[in-house]
Amino acid sequence: MAAPTAERAPAARTEELAPAKKGKVGSSLLTVLAWIVGIGFFFPILWMVLTAFKQEADAYTSPPKLFFTPTLEQFRTVFDAGIGPYLLNSLFATVVSTILVLALATPAAFAVSLRPVKKVQDVLFFFISTKMLPVVAAIVPIYVVVNNVGMLDNIWTLIILYTAMNLPIAVWMMRSFFQEVPKELLEAASMDGASLARSLREVVLPVISPGMAATALICVIFAWNEFFFAVNLTAARAATVPVFLVGFITSEGLYFAKLCAAATLAALPVVIAGWIAQNKLVQGLSFGAVK
Amino acid sequence: MTVTAERPAELTPRRPDRGPGSRADGWIRRAPLLPALVFTIIVTQLPFLFTIYYSLQSWNLVRPGSRQFVGVDNYILVFTDSQFRQVALNTVLLTAGAVLFSLLLGLLFALLLDRAFFGRGFIRTLLITPFLITPVAAALLWKTVLFDPTYGLINFVLSPFGAGDTDWISTFPLTSVMIALVWQWTPFMMLLILAGLQSQPHDVLEAARVDGANTWGVFREVTIPHLRRFIELGIVLGAIYLINTFDAIYMMTQGGPGTASANLPFYIYQRAFLGFDIGQSAAMGVVVVVATIIVATFALRLIFRSFSGGEET
Repeated sequence: MAAPTAERAPAARTEELAPAKKGKVGSSLLTVLAWIVGIGFFFPILWMVLTAFKQEADAYTSPPKLFFTPTLEQFRTVFDAGIGPYLLNSLFATVVSTILVLALATPAAFAVSLRPVKKVQDVLFFFISTKMLPVVAAIVPIYVVVNNVGMLDNIWTLIILYTAMNLPIAVWMMRSFFQEVPKELLEAASMDGASLARSLREVVLPVISPGMAATALICVIFAWNEFFFAVNLTAARAATVPVFLVGFITSEGLYFAKLCAAATLAALPVVIAGWIAQNKLVQGLSFGAVK
Repeated sequence: MTVTAERPAELTPRRPDRGPGSRADGWIRRAPLLPALVFTIIVTQLPFLFTIYYSLQSWNLVRPGSRQFVGVDNYILVFTDSQFRQVALNTVLLTAGAVLFSLLLGLLFALLLDRAFFGRGFIRTLLITPFLITPVAAALLWKTVLFDPTYGLINFVLSPFGAGDTDWISTFPLTSVMIALVWQWTPFMMLLILAGLQSQPHDVLEAARVDGANTWGVFREVTIPHLRRFIELGIVLGAIYLINTFDAIYMMTQGGPGTASANLPFYIYQRAFLGFDIGQSAAMGVVVVVATIIVATFALRLIFRSFSGGEET
């Protein structure tokens, strides 16, 4: 988790800003409050993970049980029910679309930042505006076209759509990272006679690679979590993990623990990706407007 | 930055045939941008043109041969459809409610986190997690483990207050969906406002304190005006993402009972994929796009201002 190190600087600032005149009691009360709020807000997720390790009999108790003998039975049941192929589809769609996004977005961001072309602003705002149009308005023709070319229930359909979905965010994020590359560094490199390819590799790449990693993680989160296209355009063969979870809304019965096991499996990869990328999360979601 | 970046090109009035600034050079500079641009235009813009085209036709997939050009009939049907109006109202209520409450909670959480305390990074990590968790999984969690009338955590927690076994999702479907959305979106608002709080100009805060302003005074006179831009950004970005809410409604209520908790995306989905009415759903899609463009215009202006503002400082 990158949080603690990155937090240190602003934290130190706050400390020096808040002089000792504030009561120590008030300060520790606020700390306790922050802990209560944090744990309370997180509790549903903690409860989900706990329930995933219960027997169904332990999941259905009133009052709810906090202590129980943990079991892996529910995870076994979920894999027996066939979550495996769904996880693999999600993994494939997420990884391939993220690679495509980076392959398209990095040169584009480079073109609009380091080596600016004309009408840069128009292009950038075109990218953003595609993100603001509701997908639901496009689903009907997409469905018709995909159906006509015989690509329903095909993982590549999702890959193409996820690439388009994440591309604007990636272009804007990568642009803000390219802008952090000191211009003098590039100029010096080209003075020394370095080719563009070499100066890109040796000067630009080291500076932007952390930003590239953050961009990739954010694309991973969005692609993995996507549901609308997946549920409308895929069926048994290409369906992703969120579609697997749909199975739980129709069947009635005692299945809390199994459901929690499936939900935990579905959410775990993106939660980890998000924890790693948390410092760049806002930057990505606000198209780089906030750093 | 973009403004200054454009300048070199503008400063070259006459373009030489070769070398920097020439037409060929312009294309070389443009080339890296083109794949992304062309791809985006094809995948995201072409479908909308088809949507407009379909919206002028009467076309139901379950009635082969029914396809014919009908002009604006679909639009007249959309605007005289009382269900559509209710669903549009639901969309406004759901979006506005979720944005407002997540913004307020996010502000409170951000203020709690904007000070040094033991475990700050850890608590922040916990607080952002609801935003990361797969929306479908989150909605399922709320529908069952939290909102279940008999075994749900919510009724257990509220039982001392006499909640009994309220069936939240049947009784308050729209509110239940909104609660799940607020839980998911509060972290986003918190992160945005926290970024705002931490970018406050150090010297202004110091000066206000030296001038004898108390904590509340500093907050009101310095912090709130500074946060304004971040709050506005939170409202428009939150609205743009939340207006498209589909997962939570699909998983928790299926828009029901009736259309009590359906929003426009869900209703259009129902019309297209359960009613197979291509013409009607396309017309609704166009109406939603027009409404979104109005909101998005404000958003673009705001993001643009944030950029120029951010780069001046």
